[in-house]
Amino acid sequence: MKELLLVLIAAALVNNVVLSRFLGLCPFLGVSKKISTAAGMGGAVIFVITIASALCSVIYDMVLVPLDLKYMNTIVFIILIAALVQFIEMFLKKFSPGLYNALGVYLPLITTNCAVLGVAIDNVQKGNDLVTSIVYGAGTAIGFLIAIVIMAGVRERIENNNVTKSFQGSPIVLITAGLMSIAFMGFAGLL
Amino acid sequence: MTNLALFDLLSNTGVLAINVQGLITASAIVGGIGLIIGILLGIAAKVFEVEVDERELIVRDLLPGNNCGGCGYAGCDALAKAIASGQAPVSGCPVASAEIHAKIGGVMGTEATASERKVAFVKCNGTCDKTNVKYHYTGIADCKKLAMVPGNGEKTCSYGCMGYGSCVRACAFDAIHVVNGIAVVDKEKCVACGKCITECPNNLIEFIPVSSTCKVQCNSKDKGKDVNAACSVGCIGCMMCVKVCESDAVTVTNNLAHIDYSKCTHCGKCAEKCPKKIITIA
Repeated sequence: MKELLLVLIAAALVNNVVLSRFLGLCPFLGVSKKISTAAGMGGAVIFVITIASALCSVIYDMVLVPLDLKYMNTIVFIILIAALVQFIEMFLKKFSPGLYNALGVYLPLITTNCAVLGVAIDNVQKGNDLVTSIVYGAGTAIGFLIAIVIMAGVRERIENNNVTKSFQGSPIVLITAGLMSIAFMGFAGLL
Repeated sequence: MTNLALFDLLSNTGVLAINVQGLITASAIVGGIGLIIGILLGIAAKVFEVEVDERELIVRDLLPGNNCGGCGYAGCDALAKAIASGQAPVSGCPVASAEIHAKIGGVMGTEATASERKVAFVKCNGTCDKTNVKYHYTGIADCKKLAMVPGNGEKTCSYGCMGYGSCVRACAFDAIHVVNGIAVVDKEKCVACGKCITECPNNLIEFIPVSSTCKVQCNSKDKGKDVNAACSVGCIGCMMCVKVCESDAVTVTNNLAHIDYSKCTHCGKCAEKCPKKIITIA
């Protein structure tokens, strides 16, 4: 139990998926203009990564390892994640229209979020079992949520400030991301 | 050496070792997974199908799709849903033309109620040459920011258009522009979405019927003397327009003339009489 907790904290803070490992940068910069949408995206990512890491782990152990097809993992995982996101979208539309509307366009966007594939491949490379994979996936996604919500908060503040013209828009956002990344290095000695 | 012999040589020495069996297994497994997932998704699509009113889709296609929110709903999708379920009138979209309204009415099986197109109108005439300036503002070029500064703008009139174009930035249709210090609406392009109305910190913009020619182009509620000091084209509340109006359409409240467009006959007498020429006929 203690080990799983360590995996969770390590994935969420110490090896933050966005700020230490630079995965999932597209949504991190793209949908971090408002805290509410950033939180929506983060919630959707938690949802998808947790289920995707479980599914990919099962398929890898049950299908790819016995058939000696480990080298096909990237392609198979991409197919699985794309199908999973489609399936979740249909499922939510039918049984939870509220959540479907709340996640909106972010749900299909996640298909192309490299953090999802990154987690699945990470699990395989580290040789995580099913439970560890799920916890690792959830931890990574929580780390994504933390990073994108902090980023959205900072960007909302930046909106009200007089940024030098040459730094307006993307440059100041990238500088902010860099500073946040340095700040997150402070967690490096935690575990 | 023939090609075949070269191939044999490379294969035997291990330079070109193709694992044909592995190739076939990999293709079969990945293809199989894809096939199974495809079938499962196909079944899921049927099982989890959500019934959508097909009229909603047709109405959605007819709507402009700008998602401007002028109808009061969250966007074109939301309005289409409301129209399809009968909660909104078929002419609910202020942007769409009467022709589109009629088409939507056809889809819904009801007649579109004819309503005159409205356009936004800026109730200020105080161009740079007509008013004076109290101070020079060098902060962020935005009316809402300027409204926080004491005096409500640089111009001597604190009711008028500040000319920093918050409405221009709010307009998705390029229908409002700042000309010579005041915002002016382009009647042809305006679709009456109402974005500029909520944006203006001085509440200067209102809807008027597109055909109305008489307009009170002032918003000053000050007394005549103060108005005269601030602007050469301000309403001084002299009541001339009220006296001359035959259809009882003009009223003066808080030292400011107001025209009731449901009564106005566009006779133009008020504009003729107005000593400051702030009631205009165009």
